[in-house]
Amino acid sequence: MSFFRKLKERVTNQTDSMTDKFKDGLQKTRDSFSEKMNSLAAKYRTVDEDFFEELEELLISADVGVNTVMELVDELRDEAKLKNVKNSRDILPIISEKLTERLDFTGHDSELTMNPDGMTVILFVGVNGVGKTTTIGKLAHHFKQSDQKVVLAAGDTFRAGAIEQLAVWGERVGVDVIKQAEGSDPAAVMYDAIHAARSRGANVLLCDTAGRLQNKVNLMKELEKVKRVIQREVPSAPHEVLLVLDATTGQNAMAQAKQFKEATDVSGIVLTKLDGTAKGGIVLAIRNELDIPVKFVGLGEKMDDLQPFQAEQFTYGLFQNMVEKEED
Amino acid sequence: MQKIKGKGKVNEADVKEMTREVRLALLEADVNFKVVKQFVNRIKERAVGQEVMKSLTPGQQVIKVVNEELTELMGAEESKIATANKPPTIIMMVGLQGAGKTTTAAKLANYLRKQKNKTPMLVAADVYRPAAIDQLNTLGKQLNMPVYSDGTDKNPVDIVNAGVQMAKDNQHDTVILDTAGRLHVDESLMGELLQMKDAVTPDEILLVVDAMTGQDAVNVAEHFNEQLEINGVVLTKLDGDTRGGAALSIRAVTDKPIKFAGMGEKIDQLEPFHPERMASRILGMGDVLSLIEKAQTNVDEEKAKELEAKMRNADLTFDDFLEQLDQVKSMGPLEDLLGMIPGAGKMKGLKNMQVDDSQIGKVEAIIRSMTKAEKVDPKLMNASRKRRIAKGSGTTVQDVNKLLKQFDDMKKMMKQMSSQMTGKKKGKGGMQLPFMK
Repeated sequence: MSFFRKLKERVTNQTDSMTDKFKDGLQKTRDSFSEKMNSLAAKYRTVDEDFFEELEELLISADVGVNTVMELVDELRDEAKLKNVKNSRDILPIISEKLTERLDFTGHDSELTMNPDGMTVILFVGVNGVGKTTTIGKLAHHFKQSDQKVVLAAGDTFRAGAIEQLAVWGERVGVDVIKQAEGSDPAAVMYDAIHAARSRGANVLLCDTAGRLQNKVNLMKELEKVKRVIQREVPSAPHEVLLVLDATTGQNAMAQAKQFKEATDVSGIVLTKLDGTAKGGIVLAIRNELDIPVKFVGLGEKMDDLQPFQAEQFTYGLFQNMVEKEED
Repeated sequence: MQKIKGKGKVNEADVKEMTREVRLALLEADVNFKVVKQFVNRIKERAVGQEVMKSLTPGQQVIKVVNEELTELMGAEESKIATANKPPTIIMMVGLQGAGKTTTAAKLANYLRKQKNKTPMLVAADVYRPAAIDQLNTLGKQLNMPVYSDGTDKNPVDIVNAGVQMAKDNQHDTVILDTAGRLHVDESLMGELLQMKDAVTPDEILLVVDAMTGQDAVNVAEHFNEQLEINGVVLTKLDGDTRGGAALSIRAVTDKPIKFAGMGEKIDQLEPFHPERMASRILGMGDVLSLIEKAQTNVDEEKAKELEAKMRNADLTFDDFLEQLDQVKSMGPLEDLLGMIPGAGKMKGLKNMQVDDSQIGKVEAIIRSMTKAEKVDPKLMNASRKRRIAKGSGTTVQDVNKLLKQFDDMKKMMKQMSSQMTGKKKGKGGMQLPFMK
């Protein structure tokens, strides 16, 4: 049985609404990508250098990092030689397999680490405008659905209107937001929030921070301090440090992942704005080089548009049209 | 490159090797692969068979061609904002979520008021993102500039109509419309933008694009341009370490100029875009021109000459030192300055060097705690004076000692330098500060 069919079987076994949502959200990404893969296969009947060069470009067009693409395509060249693959259609499953391999994280580490005895603290970090506050609102909703008591900490005290933005989300979802005035010390907000959340008996505390570009040393130091204060108050915390990445971002996402990992030891990625035409392929490179798993993807502006990341679904989404063609 | 040195003509193999490098550099800079392909083909055509100029090696010749082509593609001149014949000039900001429209709207208003003597006002038409209106109102308050808003229940088309009317009634010559971020493929929301456009016929539609955008930048720019016919682009977050290849992609597919660049989170950090400099940034060559220009506008030449004379005689006082510090500070954060020096990013130690602006604050505090006499003649310094200064500046005696030592070293160095200089170039004005013409 071909790899595609196996993949499809595994995926169709989990046809709940969540999977549908994931699929629908990825519609545009999938359409354009698999269309291109198909036309690539149609254009080059045989697997030759031109085929590989265009494949290279196709993957680069999905923002998969340049280095990762070169590596991947080299691997495919070897594999094609080894298995004596001549027809371009036959190499598509191998491409898909290699991609899934790189996205598939061992075990269940795309699930969030929760504190077994006490309050779980999750810190959100990232550059400006990636969707940290929105993601927190959505994740608060996600937790509330499973009857957790959630409190939000308005740690973006810098950007105008950021505190109000989180407050609106708090109202929408129906959870408390701990905040201080604009311009106050974000570490102090966290200190306050932890104590307030404790006294309210919260299970989950989601901490917002101001967006910052990773090359601003002082701002990264400030973030380290925020984390230290959290750690001092709850020694096992933060249980997750989630880096929010915009799927539209190109190669710079790698630099973001590196710098934020260094400063705050990022434990997972939330890939936002995947409902557009951007592919977010850079997560492949990030997983490759830094081994940070993707935990959630943002697929729209509504409260329930945040979905747990499923590597198989993600790749299946990219290749779905091809799977169906193969079966015809 | 070493291999192809010293040849008289650029041959195909040379070009192939060079263009491979160029291709990778551009792809790594996030230039769209289609744009890269066209670009590389043009380079190949132009470069092969060219006579190598006397002063250049084939490698340099190819780089020269690359640079010329890049500059041409980016456009050579700065672009201006249109002005309506009959005020108010209406500027509409559009773009994806999180690109920085609201911040840019406020920065642009500030820029037009400060640099172009306009009397702008803002209109908050983002009714979708929570607290977007609060954000613009807060920025308006900071700038002391009127903001028209009408809650989140109204239709954005009505809001911009009413906003423009208010600008007319109150004789504002410029009105900037902030719209909600939206996906370029969201038909209904793109339709809404078109309705807004039809309602108020803006003089400028500016597409706000995050400088870190990857390959998708072409799709975004193409869609927005096709549906709205944008007039220009604002590239935001260019103070990051992205190479900003999106700029090139957008230029190539829309042929619309990039007019402004967002260079930081502060309200005055919006600058006219310099296309010719972006070319070298994308290729990774540093931004020397920016640095020179920054220094030129900020350093008072008279003062610099005075200082130069003092340096030559090594009778520099702490007052001069303080003035010097102020001038350096007015050029913006030191980190920014360092980032613009080509190669500084690669230099060992400099790359992760943390320029601590608070250290400058400390030095300033110490100097300001000195008496007039002490500033002129550091030799007056004794233990009790040092204690007083430390106390007055909130530092320690060690800090004071350190500064005194550094200052002394500096004076010695200057003496040495100026004697060398005057020795070499007699009568030619002696030492030149790096930021003087």
